[in-house]
Amino acid sequence: MANMAQAIRMALHYAEENLGVTDIFGEDVGAPLGGVFTCTQGLKTAWNSPLDERGIIGTAMGLAMAGNRPVAEIQFCDYIYNTIDLLKLAGNTHWATNGDWAMPMVVRTPVGSGIRGSLYHSHSFDATMTHIPGWKIVMPSTPLDAYGLLISACQDPNPVMFLEPKALLRVKGEERIPGEPEDDRALSKMIDAPLGDRSQWKPQWPTLEAFAVPIGKGKVVREGTQATVISYGRTMPLCIKAAAQLAEEGLSVEVIDLRSLWPYDWELIKASVQKTGRVLYVNEDTEVTNFGEHLVRRTVEELFYSLLAPPRLVAGKFIPGIGLADALEMASVPQQNDITTALRNLCREQP
Amino acid sequence: MSRPRLIKENSAPLSLAREQLIRIHDLMVKARVLEERLIQMYKQGHGYFWIGGPGEEAFNVPLGMLMKVGEGPAYDYLHAHYRQSATLLAMGEEPIGALRQMKNTATDPYSGGRNFAGHFSRRSKNIAPVTSPIEVQYAIAPGTAMAQKRHGGDAITIVTGGDAGTAEGDFASCLIWSSRPANPLPILIIVTNNKWGISTTSDGQHGETNISDRARAFNIQAKTINGNDPVESYQELQAAMEYVRKERKPFFIEARVSRLYGHSSASGANFVNEEQDCLRLFEARLEQEGVLDRKQMDDVRNRYTEELAAAARTVRDEPQPSGDSIWEHIYAEKK
Repeated sequence: MANMAQAIRMALHYAEENLGVTDIFGEDVGAPLGGVFTCTQGLKTAWNSPLDERGIIGTAMGLAMAGNRPVAEIQFCDYIYNTIDLLKLAGNTHWATNGDWAMPMVVRTPVGSGIRGSLYHSHSFDATMTHIPGWKIVMPSTPLDAYGLLISACQDPNPVMFLEPKALLRVKGEERIPGEPEDDRALSKMIDAPLGDRSQWKPQWPTLEAFAVPIGKGKVVREGTQATVISYGRTMPLCIKAAAQLAEEGLSVEVIDLRSLWPYDWELIKASVQKTGRVLYVNEDTEVTNFGEHLVRRTVEELFYSLLAPPRLVAGKFIPGIGLADALEMASVPQQNDITTALRNLCREQP
Repeated sequence: MSRPRLIKENSAPLSLAREQLIRIHDLMVKARVLEERLIQMYKQGHGYFWIGGPGEEAFNVPLGMLMKVGEGPAYDYLHAHYRQSATLLAMGEEPIGALRQMKNTATDPYSGGRNFAGHFSRRSKNIAPVTSPIEVQYAIAPGTAMAQKRHGGDAITIVTGGDAGTAEGDFASCLIWSSRPANPLPILIIVTNNKWGISTTSDGQHGETNISDRARAFNIQAKTINGNDPVESYQELQAAMEYVRKERKPFFIEARVSRLYGHSSASGANFVNEEQDCLRLFEARLEQEGVLDRKQMDDVRNRYTEELAAAARTVRDEPQPSGDSIWEHIYAEKK
């Protein structure tokens, strides 16, 4: 099965061929590197920009205004912060012009911990991004969702922020991408650039099929009755493992992958919380003014009388950065044990 | 504090056709009267904030006249700043639109009552939305220029901003992105230099002799011109635009202009006597060379004054947007 980086690459290839994507660009996005995480190898419209994040976002906006369909990359989300006023503009242009101009652009950026990236390659961006109206924001946790969400993003007439959990970019999926060959090694030979001289290399793209995951729709990954855990990105597989482990202890946990942060699938959350009465939100952004806090607030306001326990949030520590040493990173963002423990306690909490 | 002097006095003969001179004069007066009406509306409490470009008409009118106006990459894109009502009028906008924006009525054609005066936007004319953060347009403009280069034809992107804003990184972004050897862009980069950044003089902030000198570092052809002279502005803009249209490469113009009513309503919006008034200078030359006499020019001004007063009365009675409309146009719909 394809990993997420391959899935993103295949979605971009599909979008170049079928959805009018004109420019896939950013720092080191074009040949020879094809992106620091290899997500843009071999794409025909991929090119290297100056090392200028504001120029990247600004140029994407201009291209979008002129009717093109750009996909811009910011190499690490830690470096997107110096573009925030441009992100605000991209998000408000349609509204500010009373519906006259649209901004059909996609920005991809890797987020979160998991590669021992220290202070400037480990940040999350979901809390900040969900504070910028006018954007749609997605964050897949599987290669198939990455493929389908990116295709939806490239079809959307609005700016879409595509957050890539960098810890999961190399993880193979459990579902096949439509059109992907059955043999993983065959896929790698077709679309992964060789090491060394790549000047003569051209990818052999599989015949990919149309497949879109709608923006705004979450997914029940595992059904359960006693508690709900809702996450996205890197912490999603940890929640799935936690639910499996707790099942062995006789606790039934429903697992929801939110996939889209804005708009998000409140109906799915609501139905699950009304069924289980207990909910844990999990993400790894810093915990103060965290997107999960919004979800907790809404849960309390709208679902209070369905609750058997206070809604909880497991998130990253509110500290200035993630330290390089293994123990520092592990202590800074949610790990498997944190989630399992929080869920176990939640399931056992009695009114 | 010493006031900035212009680099060259208006002394050359008026070397444009009579009809063009009259057209330029007409639009300059129209723009001046519009701005003065907007200031009056603000002072009468018919608006919350004024910012505009009285003093820049001699440059902004020729710019609008020379643009290829239309929608999409086959036409020129304008990434303007908030001192360019004169350009907009020269591109065919009706002045009542600016009044509606000042009065933040539902009929405001640029933002439906959502944005400040001078924050124009018009997709049907490729006028990109004007923004309050200065200089961001310089980061966005390379995108439309890139699309135009790919599209083919002779349309160009025009980006304008003020001298103080060139301290922002987005100005450097524009120079870099426009002149990349991998893909030079058809973009006319303009800085209107009035030597002020709100209340800060450029003398204390800018080490470069001319702002246009910065373009030379990127091998972008550049010129500093007297933007208070509409004839020089017209001819230099025409030459620069022809170069960009044909060569598909950037060109840089720094235009020295005046700021006749200060920065904005925040600084009082009162007439500044020490600044050169491009309209008064131009009218003296028109009179001197027998193109128009004083009465003809007064008639033009009186006509626009009456028109704008009537327009202001119309706008005064137009409805404000409803509170419910805040939920409209957050997202574009799929067509």
